[in-house]
Amino acid sequence: MKWRKTSALALLCLFGASLLPIQARLNNDARAAHLRKTALNLNLRERIGQAGFLAALSGFRSPLAAILWIQAHTAWENTEWGRMAGTFDTVTTLQPRSILYWDMSAWHMAWNAAVAAMQNEKQPSEALRIRSQREYFRLGRDFLERGILNNPDSYQLYVQLGIVLRDKFEDHCGAADTFLKAAALPGAPSYCARFAGYEMAKCPGREREAYEHLRQLYLQGDKQRLPSLINLLRDMEKRLDIPQGERIDSSAHSNKT
Amino acid sequence: MKLLGVTIAIARNTFTELVRQKVFYFLMIFALLVIGNSAFMAKFSFQEQFQMLKDISLGAMSVFGSLIAILATANFLPKDMEDRTIYTILAKPVPRFSYLLGKLCGIFGLLAVSILLMSALFLAVLWIREGTVLNETRAQLQGATAEEIAAAVKEVTNATFNINLIPGIVVIFFKSALLASLTLFLSTFATSSIFTILMATALYFIGHLQSTAREYWLAGVDVHWWSRLLAALVSLLFPDLQAFNLTDDIIAGAAVPMTLFAGTIGLGLLYISVYFSLAALVFSDREL
Repeated sequence: MKWRKTSALALLCLFGASLLPIQARLNNDARAAHLRKTALNLNLRERIGQAGFLAALSGFRSPLAAILWIQAHTAWENTEWGRMAGTFDTVTTLQPRSILYWDMSAWHMAWNAAVAAMQNEKQPSEALRIRSQREYFRLGRDFLERGILNNPDSYQLYVQLGIVLRDKFEDHCGAADTFLKAAALPGAPSYCARFAGYEMAKCPGREREAYEHLRQLYLQGDKQRLPSLINLLRDMEKRLDIPQGERIDSSAHSNKT
Repeated sequence: MKLLGVTIAIARNTFTELVRQKVFYFLMIFALLVIGNSAFMAKFSFQEQFQMLKDISLGAMSVFGSLIAILATANFLPKDMEDRTIYTILAKPVPRFSYLLGKLCGIFGLLAVSILLMSALFLAVLWIREGTVLNETRAQLQGATAEEIAAAVKEVTNATFNINLIPGIVVIFFKSALLASLTLFLSTFATSSIFTILMATALYFIGHLQSTAREYWLAGVDVHWWSRLLAALVSLLFPDLQAFNLTDDIIAGAAVPMTLFAGTIGLGLLYISVYFSLAALVFSDREL
């Protein structure tokens, strides 16, 4: 009996050794498909408690993230913005592949929390309210940037980052580049390219590039010929002094469609 | 051929025995969890609702699958010895190998039926919720263009059913089957079912850390020799259970490549056959 147990142990070790290349290959395949999660660390252990950490270690990261998301929702109902930010951070660490979590976390921070900070009646100093609002803008952008690092193939997060840069930071050049990146990703809706053009037009020094970009979109046909795009193109034609024959209203261009 | 018949008879008997132990009562808890969760989630956006429904349901399927695998397998050898049925069976021309294989197949059958029932319940709730959300969306979009309604409907349907859910559920079954096979190996030299359950639970946790230990060992970090030896032992002796956690990514909407899915199933089959062979090796000489 004893030698059988020993040989079983030896066979188990041999089997483990023979599995190493297979496991390495599977690991590489998972990495290539962006399926390997970030490692759990002691910082996370402090945030989610011992039971939560144990659950995360046992392969229940996703259900744990869902439960914490419910807690974050309760914090939102109670307008506990600081608690929300911390919970969102934990949720996105546990489930970094979920676009929804990154997107919603950023939205809560850059929009809801930022507005609440600006309207905070307990803070008499306007300068401090503005500072707090900017801090929430930055947090929102940070969520989206980290989300993109974890999901580089998702156009949704690029679109949201572009919107944050446009509406909250008024960084039109940055927003244009972000919308361009979104437009280049698979499955991106047609508005991504239009948004890139609109923002580029507001970026100092890139007017000519914006005009060419928007003109290309216009030439793609009816799907891109929205009133806002046509109006902007007409305005740019005047500003850039485009020759009459090359303008979109000229018969040469109208006939191309 | 005769041996196959014997194995099938033992498997069928094991399955019936486990069903008679009212194992399927756990489905009531699962149903409460899934339906209760679904009703509670109404205040969230539909994307959040569906994500949480999938997270909690697939998580619960994994927990129940693992629990059934460990508890049912750990119990059968001591119970058969206590009831003395093992002596009646092995006194006949039934090889010990066939006895173990039959028992394991019976447990696999129970796991398959349990996971199928849980999947059916989960998919039914998801389908009902999808119908409700679609009706609400259509009502909200009254007067909108057909294109806008189609886009909204597509957004809802994309958030609910995803073909990748099926490989996710299949992988949950293989993870549970692996645990059953590992528990069987432990029970062949264990002296009590409590010992087997405790060991299997500990191995469950260690198995989830195996990949970390393996990376640490193979990275060749300059640390104490005993630390590397420990990491090497964990890597060689324990199964990599983290490889079977594809559901987290599937729920998040990630597409699992076919090669990775097939590789994971292959790895599961390898583990199952090796643990079973080792169990048969140890059990063949065990004094009963």
